[in-house]
Amino acid sequence: MNKLSLMGLFGLVVRRDLLLAMRRRADVLTTLIFFVMVVSLFPLGVGPEIDMLRKMASGVVWVAALLASMLSLPRMFSADYADGTLEQMMLAPQSLSVLVLGKIVAHWMLSGLPLALIAPVLGLQFDMSAPALWTLVLTLLLGTPVLSMIGAIGAALTLGLRGGGVLVSLLVLPLCIPVLIFGAGAVDAVTSGMSVASNMSLLGAFMLFALVFTPFVAAQALRISME
Amino acid sequence: MAINWFKYAAPTTFYGLAGKMIPFFAWPAAILFVIGLYIGFFVAPTDAVQSEAYRIIFLHVPASILSMFVYLIMAGYAALGLIFNTRLSSMMAQALAPTGALFAFISLWSGALWGKPMWGAWWVWDARLTSELILLFLYLGYIALHASIEDPRRADRASALLAIVGSVNVPIIYFSVKWWNTLHQGATIKMSGTSMQIAMQQAMFAVLAACWLYVIAITLARVRSIILEREANTQWVNDLPEVKQTNGRLS
Repeated sequence: MNKLSLMGLFGLVVRRDLLLAMRRRADVLTTLIFFVMVVSLFPLGVGPEIDMLRKMASGVVWVAALLASMLSLPRMFSADYADGTLEQMMLAPQSLSVLVLGKIVAHWMLSGLPLALIAPVLGLQFDMSAPALWTLVLTLLLGTPVLSMIGAIGAALTLGLRGGGVLVSLLVLPLCIPVLIFGAGAVDAVTSGMSVASNMSLLGAFMLFALVFTPFVAAQALRISME
Repeated sequence: MAINWFKYAAPTTFYGLAGKMIPFFAWPAAILFVIGLYIGFFVAPTDAVQSEAYRIIFLHVPASILSMFVYLIMAGYAALGLIFNTRLSSMMAQALAPTGALFAFISLWSGALWGKPMWGAWWVWDARLTSELILLFLYLGYIALHASIEDPRRADRASALLAIVGSVNVPIIYFSVKWWNTLHQGATIKMSGTSMQIAMQQAMFAVLAACWLYVIAITLARVRSIILEREANTQWVNDLPEVKQTNGRLS
């Protein structure tokens, strides 16, 4: 039997997770609808003055994206854990970190990417300008992968615990604060006519930093939870 | 002569040692608290700018320093426990967490009490306040994760990993919040850069040392309880005079 290459393994895991998600589309849609609903609730809560809404738009969208991605985190490993697939995956001779990275990427494509794509529509509700909308999408594209990656550690640590869903938010949200600050900050910078370069660079740096370390840490967390 | 360096790394032997060490830290802590607070409240002069309200820093600053320091020590012990699989290190990490959270809370609370007369607001989104609040969240996350895992070994290892990830993230969070704050340019008032008066310094250092000793004493006391709880089924615990006494009274 020929050994699977790392890229082969990665592609296999991503394709498998996407296929499984496509069989149960409701899960993906729930996250998206939650995101849209939370963002739409804000004007109802704070009032319809368009000036104020325009000011808080980036923050509202980013906080809603953060909450929505927390919502889907427990699902990252739980189904595989419940039916024993995860145990088999960990017995495999290939690197567990790469496998976890595959699951993270699949999770991002199902939770982070749709949020980034639908965000401009929500931004229009808040009367955001065109450059601000573009920046918002770009920051979400850079930032939501970090949320999925940090979230993977939390999801792995809370695997199989009762009340895991709330606990994972409690663990992960404080760690995600830098992403929130610079994601929303970039959009604010555009609207106030400043350069977004620093915010974008920092977001990119977070993503690369997380890309290097989090799959390994999440793999260790899985080992701790599964022993 | 061969010295067994790891003798007190075993909970069995450390339990007794910790019990003997507690008075050596608890009494100096109590005495220094009294001395430091006496100097702080009665000897140190009234501040020219902030009048009497500044006196809260004698508690506030030591609490803030220790809340940050305890997190590092906790993460250090957690890492030791994770890497070398020493039970006592994990127990120490678990014992330190509530004290660290307590100091973070005291720091925020006393800061709010100071902020009201000084800044005219209980809470300002200042970089330091915000990062202290996030530090409190990190402590609470650690405690919550440890509490929700039944198996103590898994709880130790999982929360150790969280503490390590947290300690890597703390500087990132601190600088993000700092830059975020300067971008927004909040209404922060910086303390004037004058050097502190001698009595104020003495009071501050006395309370800092007292808090430090308190942390050590209370952690040792808590780690003794944790050892008893986890080793409740072992013979040596049942042979302890205090346990025998209690068991005798119960039966």
